[in-house]
Amino acid sequence: MSTFDLLAQGLIAALQWQNLLYALIGVTLGTAVGVLPGIGPALTVALLLPVTYKLDPAGSLIMFAGIYYGGMYGGSTTSILLNTPGESASIVTALEGNKMARQGRGGPALATAAIGSFIAGLLATIGLAFIAPWVVRFALSFGPADYFALMVLAFVTVSAAFGDSALRGLTALFIGLGLGLIGIDLQTGQTRLAFGIPDLLDGIEVTTLAVALFAIGETLKTSSDPAQINTQFTAIKGSVWMTLEDWRRSWASWLRGTVIGFPIGAMPAGGADVASFLSYSAEKSFSKKPEEFGHGAIEGVAGPEAANNASAAGTLVPLLTLGLPTTATAAIMLAGFQQFGLQPGPLLFTNNAPLVWALIASLLVANLMLLVLNLPLIGVWVRLLTIPKPWLYGGILVFATLGTLGANGAMSTGFGPVRISFELVLLLAFGVLGYILRRFDYPIAPVVVGLILGPMAEQQLRRALAISQGDVGILLASPVSMVLYAAAAAAIIIPLIMRLRGKGAVLGQLASDED
Amino acid sequence: MNKLLVAALITGALSAPAFAADYSIVAPAGPGGGWDQTARTMQEALTTEGISGNVQVTNVPGAGGTIGLAQFVNQENGNPNALIVGGYVMVGAILTNVSPVSLADVTPIARLTGEAVGVVVPASSDIQTMDDLVARLKDNTGAVSWAGGSAGGADHITAGLIAKAIGVDPTQVNYIAYSGGGEALAAILGGQVTVGVSGVSEFASQIEAGELRLLAVSTDTRVPGFDAPTLQEAGVDTAVQNWRMIAAAPGLTDEQVAAITADIKAMAESDTWQTALETRGWVDTYLDGEAFEAQLEADTSATEAILRDIGLVE
Repeated sequence: MSTFDLLAQGLIAALQWQNLLYALIGVTLGTAVGVLPGIGPALTVALLLPVTYKLDPAGSLIMFAGIYYGGMYGGSTTSILLNTPGESASIVTALEGNKMARQGRGGPALATAAIGSFIAGLLATIGLAFIAPWVVRFALSFGPADYFALMVLAFVTVSAAFGDSALRGLTALFIGLGLGLIGIDLQTGQTRLAFGIPDLLDGIEVTTLAVALFAIGETLKTSSDPAQINTQFTAIKGSVWMTLEDWRRSWASWLRGTVIGFPIGAMPAGGADVASFLSYSAEKSFSKKPEEFGHGAIEGVAGPEAANNASAAGTLVPLLTLGLPTTATAAIMLAGFQQFGLQPGPLLFTNNAPLVWALIASLLVANLMLLVLNLPLIGVWVRLLTIPKPWLYGGILVFATLGTLGANGAMSTGFGPVRISFELVLLLAFGVLGYILRRFDYPIAPVVVGLILGPMAEQQLRRALAISQGDVGILLASPVSMVLYAAAAAAIIIPLIMRLRGKGAVLGQLASDED
Repeated sequence: MNKLLVAALITGALSAPAFAADYSIVAPAGPGGGWDQTARTMQEALTTEGISGNVQVTNVPGAGGTIGLAQFVNQENGNPNALIVGGYVMVGAILTNVSPVSLADVTPIARLTGEAVGVVVPASSDIQTMDDLVARLKDNTGAVSWAGGSAGGADHITAGLIAKAIGVDPTQVNYIAYSGGGEALAAILGGQVTVGVSGVSEFASQIEAGELRLLAVSTDTRVPGFDAPTLQEAGVDTAVQNWRMIAAAPGLTDEQVAAITADIKAMAESDTWQTALETRGWVDTYLDGEAFEAQLEADTSATEAILRDIGLVE
């Protein structure tokens, strides 16, 4: 039977009314839990997986697919409307998305995120069905040296999020890199910079830092300024839907985001956050209106949102073709598959064809369901912004705290009989840091980027050098790494040349800040 | 009051009527890992078999389980309803992290499952047997790179034990730590490293598909379903098993310990548990009472010795 026939059979199974109902329940639950800041897709899936056990295999897989895609999607809504990213992959979405929301363009921002997620999910799921074996071969060819080159490229291009002052951007980045050093070093098992505090042994949780800098910092900044607190956001200015212009500017970004996200998601050490960073910088360089970046450019929402969803489907490539769970979410899914005697691995497509195709078809159905569910809700969501600011920010604080407690809030630190959550202490401390950074016009995204990319880059560099026994030549030994370094060099040199040729004025206008 | 809050809200809304909380199990790791799966499988078996009305699982991830362990020891003293999942990895992590609490501070109940560490090479490698690998190690220890889980874990210890047994310097072992099984497996399949060490079940489907060659298993007996010698049979005189266990809180009375042990034993013998072991590919190595305590002590001192030899513990 051809791939098309198998997929069609899977779709027929997925489209029965009970299964559609399961898909609806799955995406609703997934979105609802995923919306809480700090609770990412992994925890969402872990919490909800037992619910699916009671169903037959097809129904269970479908509900499960709904939960997974729903959880991935949930984070973007709070990112855009409340500047509170639910997980690391939607941090970049907050940069432009929240700017749009404040200008009364929250509707188009949510719509481009929803449609972009749908298109990326659709294309990437089709990619999973048809080109998985080739993608996985490409992903496996990446050695530590190549990953390091990818991180270098990400570092260089992420400077797009730095705003107008390279010095301030680098300062923020180095704060993040410093925070990234905290915790047990993977290669040697030794503790660094934990100062004897057990909660720091595992390092700083990315979501805690992101929620603190964005949500808490934002709240403090707003409440410290009477002029700001007494004004009201414009919830809707112009159309709540995307205009023709928005469509024109979004479609290419969706496709670019998909092309970047899918292979990076498939890489064992890639991930949705790295994909979203690279997509953001790609959008900024491809955009015809780069001056809008930092002030609510729709491309900056469309691209990264497409990239993080494509990357979610990309994660399934090594899982289904090799049985490699490359993320925590994938590891939980592996456990879910095993419930039905499905052993992901090289022989899965041969041994369990009907179930695999039912899963892929379910992903397509869940993806569509998510769009159907979310588009009509956009009008309701944006009205969140009509809530008076003191109440709105009060609500943001409650959700940020609940999310942090829910994900990581063990009551571990004691002052006598009183026990408090160390994670909450961190949340508040970083919130104050976020306020100070905003107050003195430092960009905050580079702090989070440094915390995410720093440890990855360090581990890959040390692995590469350990394998080569100290020979630095290994860093340039593969064609992949040379291409990546060339791209990084181009990203530095081309703006310099443009500036020399008198186009500096344009670049000067790229002044962007985030709050 | 951590993840429990969310978990309780959700499971409470979705699942059967709430009984009094009979057991709360701490999985000292993030969702998805082996300890988390063990805890959640126990939850399913204990409730399905009617041994316990209500079981809650809490994840306290971090530092090879030592963060969860420290919190458990501090907060659950004398609580007969509190359980914690643990395992061999914890023994090493306690030593390398200089943890303030150890397994001596909890009440070990039983060993539940065990797994051999497999030594594999990619199918394209010119290393055909354990003898070839030994020869390469003796020739130039540092040139053989090993991929496996985090530093000081069962995989790393296996590599160190092999080096020690064949008489090369364990500090020269070129061990590359990966954070998850999947990432290590990708590095092995992609030919980035010479040899891979990890739980043998993680390699199973790749071995079956002919992508990896299993050179040896680390336990003192062969593993059913795998066509490979033990390390001892292959001429490397050492053995190690990566086991998982369940422990109760410190400060319990003998009656309380006996009651918990009876519940766990009933669970381990139940059909639900046995079926779950089969679907997940875990090997039943149930052991309780004094026999388990003796094994725990022996493992702890052996692990400490090898971690010193590798140079991770001073």
